[in-house]
Amino acid sequence: MNDHSSRVDLLLVADMIEKGARVLDVGCGDGSLLQILTDQRQVDGRGIELSQSGVNGCVAKGLSVIQGDADTDLIDYPDDAFDYVILSQTLQATRQPREVVKHLLRIGRRAIVSFPNFGHWRIRAQVAFLGRMPVTKNLSYAWYDTPNIHFCTIRDFISLCDELQADVEKAVALDRNGSAMRMNLPWAVWNMFGEQAVFMLKRHGIK
Amino acid sequence: MGVEETSGHKAQSDLSRHEADHPSSAVAHFAAHEPLMLDCGFALAPWQIAYQTYGTLNKDRSNAILICHALTGDQHVANINPVTGKPGWWTSMVGAGKPFDTDRFFIICANVLGSCMGTSGPASLNATTQNPWAVDFPVVTIRDMVRAQARLLDRLGIESLFCVAGGSMGGMQVLQWASTFPDRVFSAIPLATGAKHSAQNIAFHEVGRQAVMADPDWHGGHYRMQGIRPEKGLAVARMAAHITYLSEGALHRKFGRRLQDRAAPTFSFDADFEIESYLRYQGRSFVERFDANSYLYLTRAMDYFDLADDAGGKLAAVFKGTKARFCVASFTSDWLFPTRDSRAIVHALNAAGASVSFVEIETDKGHDAFLLDEPVLFATTRGFIDAAARARHLPEASR
Repeated sequence: MNDHSSRVDLLLVADMIEKGARVLDVGCGDGSLLQILTDQRQVDGRGIELSQSGVNGCVAKGLSVIQGDADTDLIDYPDDAFDYVILSQTLQATRQPREVVKHLLRIGRRAIVSFPNFGHWRIRAQVAFLGRMPVTKNLSYAWYDTPNIHFCTIRDFISLCDELQADVEKAVALDRNGSAMRMNLPWAVWNMFGEQAVFMLKRHGIK
Repeated sequence: MGVEETSGHKAQSDLSRHEADHPSSAVAHFAAHEPLMLDCGFALAPWQIAYQTYGTLNKDRSNAILICHALTGDQHVANINPVTGKPGWWTSMVGAGKPFDTDRFFIICANVLGSCMGTSGPASLNATTQNPWAVDFPVVTIRDMVRAQARLLDRLGIESLFCVAGGSMGGMQVLQWASTFPDRVFSAIPLATGAKHSAQNIAFHEVGRQAVMADPDWHGGHYRMQGIRPEKGLAVARMAAHITYLSEGALHRKFGRRLQDRAAPTFSFDADFEIESYLRYQGRSFVERFDANSYLYLTRAMDYFDLADDAGGKLAAVFKGTKARFCVASFTSDWLFPTRDSRAIVHALNAAGASVSFVEIETDKGHDAFLLDEPVLFATTRGFIDAAARARHLPEASR
């Protein structure tokens, strides 16, 4: 879906995962994150990817990846099948983001979700002052050809977590340069200045 | 058909008849006290299984790959076929430096039970009657084929296979291996296959069988006793089946409506079109190397295949707890085993928590694509095999 190699959230996500964990990467693209996790964290990693060329490349690298769709294929996986289920920069391209996040929480003991923050001030400014759909460095599509159909802001995502009774275990916002913003800032600041967000969630009540 | 051609055909068919009992490959014999118990309840003894090997078994006996052949294939994967004189059927994938690298792995391929190239089947001699078994041979299943292969591996002292791979009916055997002997399979590559044979596929097989049995030369299956073969029936069966191995696109690309060596239609039932001539050739060359009764038995085995039946209809339950890693591949233009069949396998493996890779390969070559030079299949298999070899601590490829 996106070019993994230039994505700043990859190493951040990798840092959240302990060695040897069972990991499912939903929308794994060319397999960059799975490769990092396999090489550096020795995880038992699996992937789902929509694009056939992405899948073929992953399998040729020796990664366990299947061609599939986050919207329709997560239902096949049993509860608690993985320690971590990752949805990296894919949420906004799903048809039913709420259902997808529900499945992530069901399949994995932890769900890690990263997404572009549509509440960032540059995006707000483009809509407010130019009256145009925003096009930025990280979101470079025009409105008519974008695969990203369900954008949300950091605040929107937090309220979805509340609705799904998911606990936010970790949350990191990334600024324009890809560095993590200081943790103790209020949500409103993150929502304004975070270009991307990475959340680690779990079902309420589980360890 | 000219006189010379006929005698050439006869030489080849005599050769194939000889191979049924005395294969030019290695063969493992099982005596009267070592029966093979079949799904139909029959205890087959004595029996034999013919096989080829390539490469060297390592000290740990951990580098063995079993290749399972398809309906009309045989054990001659990567050597010159003793009957046809042509190269083996999977030289694109098996050999030095190929994905199934004979420099790194010990590769075994056995002729399946019920076939006619040296493993017991209807063309073999029945030790009791000293006549060919013909239709008195018990009906075999895919699981029977796999049991026979397991007995061969026991003989060879191979407890665990590094990989089992095959396409079409070979893929059925791969799935059956993973289901029946989960502890003996480290990795599995089922290609262009399904966990069950579809109604449409059974229908095509029935057409083929009826063509064979409608040929008066079939003689109720006992044609060998009459010194004759149901050549016409088997050729028609092959022609019909061959269409299902191709795709409409490939037929159009290769033949279109082009005429065969003529400028205009002859207003007759000659093979005016190139496609007719091609199919006739396919039918003719097939009967020279394949036994008609074997064709009945093997198509039947495929028809009976429904892996989920072993587990009360739930395919995921078949693979429950499997530690094997799977690589499933399908081809976009394959309408005999379409991608949805492979996807059903993948879904079941996911539900069972198995490690699985799945690619759908874009091609217009239809079902036969798994036998042909497909760079994506090549890259996929190589990547999967290399990763599996690392996981099993086998040496890296030297090139």
